Amino acid sequence: MLELRNIQKYYNPGTVNEMCLFDHFNLKVEDGEFVSVVGSNGSGKTSMLNLICGSILPEGGQIIVGDKDITREKEYKRNRRIGRVYQNPALGTCPSMTILENMALADHKGKVYGLSWGTNKSRIDYYRELLSQLNLGLEQKMDVKVGALSGGQRQAMALLMSTMTPIEFLILDEHTAALDPKTAELIMKLTDQIVKEKRLTTIMVTHNLRYAVEYGDRLLMMHQGEAVLDRKKEEKADTSVEDILKIFNEISIECGN
Amino acid sequence: MDFIITILEQGFIYGILALGVYITYKILDFPDLTVDGSFPLGAAITAYLLTKGVNPYLTLPASFAAGVLAGVCTGIIHVKGKVRDLLSGIIMMTALWTINLTIAGTSNVPLFSQKTIFKNDGIEKVIPEGARSYTTLIVVLVISLICKLLLDLYMKTKSGYLLRAVGDNEIVVTSLAEDKGNVKILGLATANGLVSLAGCVFAQEERVFEISMGTGAIVIGLASVIIGMSICKKLTFLKATTAVLIGSVIYKACVAVAIRNFAPQFMKLITAVLFLVILVISMERKSKVKKNA
Repeated sequence: MLELRNIQKYYNPGTVNEMCLFDHFNLKVEDGEFVSVVGSNGSGKTSMLNLICGSILPEGGQIIVGDKDITREKEYKRNRRIGRVYQNPALGTCPSMTILENMALADHKGKVYGLSWGTNKSRIDYYRELLSQLNLGLEQKMDVKVGALSGGQRQAMALLMSTMTPIEFLILDEHTAALDPKTAELIMKLTDQIVKEKRLTTIMVTHNLRYAVEYGDRLLMMHQGEAVLDRKKEEKADTSVEDILKIFNEISIECGN
Repeated sequence: MDFIITILEQGFIYGILALGVYITYKILDFPDLTVDGSFPLGAAITAYLLTKGVNPYLTLPASFAAGVLAGVCTGIIHVKGKVRDLLSGIIMMTALWTINLTIAGTSNVPLFSQKTIFKNDGIEKVIPEGARSYTTLIVVLVISLICKLLLDLYMKTKSGYLLRAVGDNEIVVTSLAEDKGNVKILGLATANGLVSLAGCVFAQEERVFEISMGTGAIVIGLASVIIGMSICKKLTFLKATTAVLIGSVIYKACVAVAIRNFAPQFMKLITAVLFLVILVISMERKSKVKKNA
């Protein structure tokens, strides 16, 4: 279970530009839940993910995983149990290393990176099998540098790499936003398959309302640092894109834009 | 003939330095100016040990270790102190001046009477009569090739993968649950270890320690790396480390040819101009200037 308790987050504290994003924000995500998060720009979606991953620290409140308080835990330590895929496909892979080297690197997460051979030869077939599931032909390009791949191919790799080792949480930060519709569809299906297979607790931020409705078992709409809509299970299943769009518009009108 | 041998000797000695610079500049993407201090650091340690009568071969690991320490300091200043990369190097370079002076005792230590890695009883037995005049070149070649091969091997280990990853994309390293700061410190340590080792070999070859011998070392290192990488770009079968060694020899050859036709005081100017010309030709500056300047 992941819990955000009374989170306070200010940007530019102590200056005239001080902006309060989260004021006593609370969120509880149960184990195995797949939460889709929608909301307008600046509503705090990505900030929420950054808080969970430790990329930014809150001014107040607690972040709790299981029964452990991880509010002050360093980002890289938290990442042991978290996999994250970013909007920018370039962020999830090392461009000047080959596909094989990237896979080997990701495969070793959580263990000591010592002086043993970087690529374990006996794992190559396993990597090839994983890559062939993508149907992108990457399994035949194992020695090609990742920098030579397209955004969609890189994002597929980033997704594979971040979920290769046993993790508890998968954090998806608009991970299909930079892809063409067809590739986005492919990545989304793959995501769903991986999440179900590994029973990962997932938080997915997306601007694609259809994905938010189709995938996941909980829907969250953020607005000005608050969750204005929170529908779970059956209630979520009954929600359509039109419903969300309607609420979305209502909020925007209140704001005057 | 002697002219060519001298170029090769110098080229391979500075090749060791260039391997170190290759780690920081190419792999870590870290413009590390510590080099100007860690190169004479190795020489200072060597001068100190040789005048104490220590076995000359022990100067090699001792210098390497001292360089590692210097690199760790730069790394800690940068990572833990959050000082900019360029400044961390400058701080260490400045501090090392005093440290080098303290270690060596004076600003100039001649090493003419001491046994060195090039001149001792052991080496005279190993190298046959006929090849005696090539002793220096052989020893230098062996040391630089060992460094190159070990570096190649290291880059294929898990730790080496991580080092390459941190220069490539820090975010990946963080998401692999590894502290990117530690990886950077490790890289700087290895790099400066090699640079210091180069200083050690250089001092024994020149038979002197000179406090200002490190001035401009970074320029030589960078020039070698850039020349090597751009000349060997098309030869994809060559490893980057090989290219760096070749670059160092080519650079030394260019300088040697130029210096023949000019007075000695033009040396640094020629070095600078040569470096600039190479930078402009290779277009290397385009991608790097923005990030590091």
